[in-house]
Amino acid sequence: MRSIIDIKELSVEEIDELVAVGKDIIANPAAYAHKCEGKKLATLFFEPSTRTRLSFEAAMYELGGHVLTMADAQSSSASKGESVADTAKVISCYADIIAMRHPKEGAPMVAAMNASIPVINAGDGGHNHPTQTLADLLTISREKGRFDHMTVGFCGDLRFGRTVHSLISAMSRYPGVRFLLISPEELKVPSYVKQEIKAHALSYQQTTDLVSAMPELDILYMTRVQKERFFNEEDYLRLKDSYILTPEKLASAKPDLCIMHPLPRVNEISVAVDDDPRACYFKQVLNGKYMRMALILKLLGIR
Amino acid sequence: MNIDSIKNGIVIDHITAGKGMEIYRLLGLDALDCQVAIIKNASSAKMGKKDIIKIDADITVNTDILGYVDPGVTVDTIRNGELVDKKKTELPERLVNILTCRNPRCITTTEQELPHIFRLTDREKGEYRCIYCETKGKTS
Repeated sequence: MRSIIDIKELSVEEIDELVAVGKDIIANPAAYAHKCEGKKLATLFFEPSTRTRLSFEAAMYELGGHVLTMADAQSSSASKGESVADTAKVISCYADIIAMRHPKEGAPMVAAMNASIPVINAGDGGHNHPTQTLADLLTISREKGRFDHMTVGFCGDLRFGRTVHSLISAMSRYPGVRFLLISPEELKVPSYVKQEIKAHALSYQQTTDLVSAMPELDILYMTRVQKERFFNEEDYLRLKDSYILTPEKLASAKPDLCIMHPLPRVNEISVAVDDDPRACYFKQVLNGKYMRMALILKLLGIR
Repeated sequence: MNIDSIKNGIVIDHITAGKGMEIYRLLGLDALDCQVAIIKNASSAKMGKKDIIKIDADITVNTDILGYVDPGVTVDTIRNGELVDKKKTELPERLVNILTCRNPRCITTTEQELPHIFRLTDREKGEYRCIYCETKGKTS
């Protein structure tokens, strides 16, 4: 019995295998429509995240399984003071697998330590979100056909963005990947993430200028620069527009650039970019569902 | 200065000079009933100066705490006046309830009964991180 709390728990081979299953599901959805018959997924979301919860639930339904869910965290036993450990033990009696989101970092790990069924971390505070990274990886694989030898740009809030840290961590394991880290000074990637790049003998470059980095990029991963991350409003106003992606900024980009974003987007990618064939962020959402299907199958030991 | 050798007990040797009292406190030796000697600034060929703690009872000491606070300390077990075991401590792979996670977003802040567990992430730097949230551990 195995849980997935952090993307690093999956080896490169296992990620390849999950991506292959994800692609097979896309090619032959009917072959997977009854794989999880009689199985139940419990979605335990202790903070609001409609889209991730719906993605997990859609994934389980498309595998022919059933879903148990809580109406909302306010009505759950947690609001009565039940510990995560006890919740995990109780839900283990009802379901075959758990997807858990929790505002506290490490809560899904505590659940996994106490549950007798697999637990998938569906996001723990600002810490880990492995299934988002799986969605990102399937998108890169489908759009680029490879994970190695490419220049990946990350733009926006690289300090607090957990999806950025996880994807850098996952991509650091492939040869020839170069990272361009585009952010305001205040929101640079934390040192432990840079250490991870260096540990794999890969190179990175930090810059504040999105436009000058653009021609080099094979992938551009956008994130939102949030106002509350700044110490003063003046800095925010000065910087916010430089990290908004517009068709003009894309003028010098490669014709096969892949533009990604974990969503929800607010204004960091102009709506005018949506019609550009290089925009892949809505494909990411769909890929997320396929990878959640692949992961559920793997953790339930169903082939 | 003479301190009687012990017949049955523990000698914690090669303590970095000045750390003897801290180790005494962390191991909770003040709660013991038996004789305990703390020798400060003893001369040492290897270390120049060192601290030594002699405990006149065959107790179990937490070598994880010793390894974390002062790696390189040795723990000698004496029985019937003979040295029967000598252990050199090193940074342990895991620390349980020795460090406290200070990240306000960590699950340990709301679930008080959870053990605070840290794992060694960089032996060279002696860096530990919380297993739940990966925040760096700091000695309180």
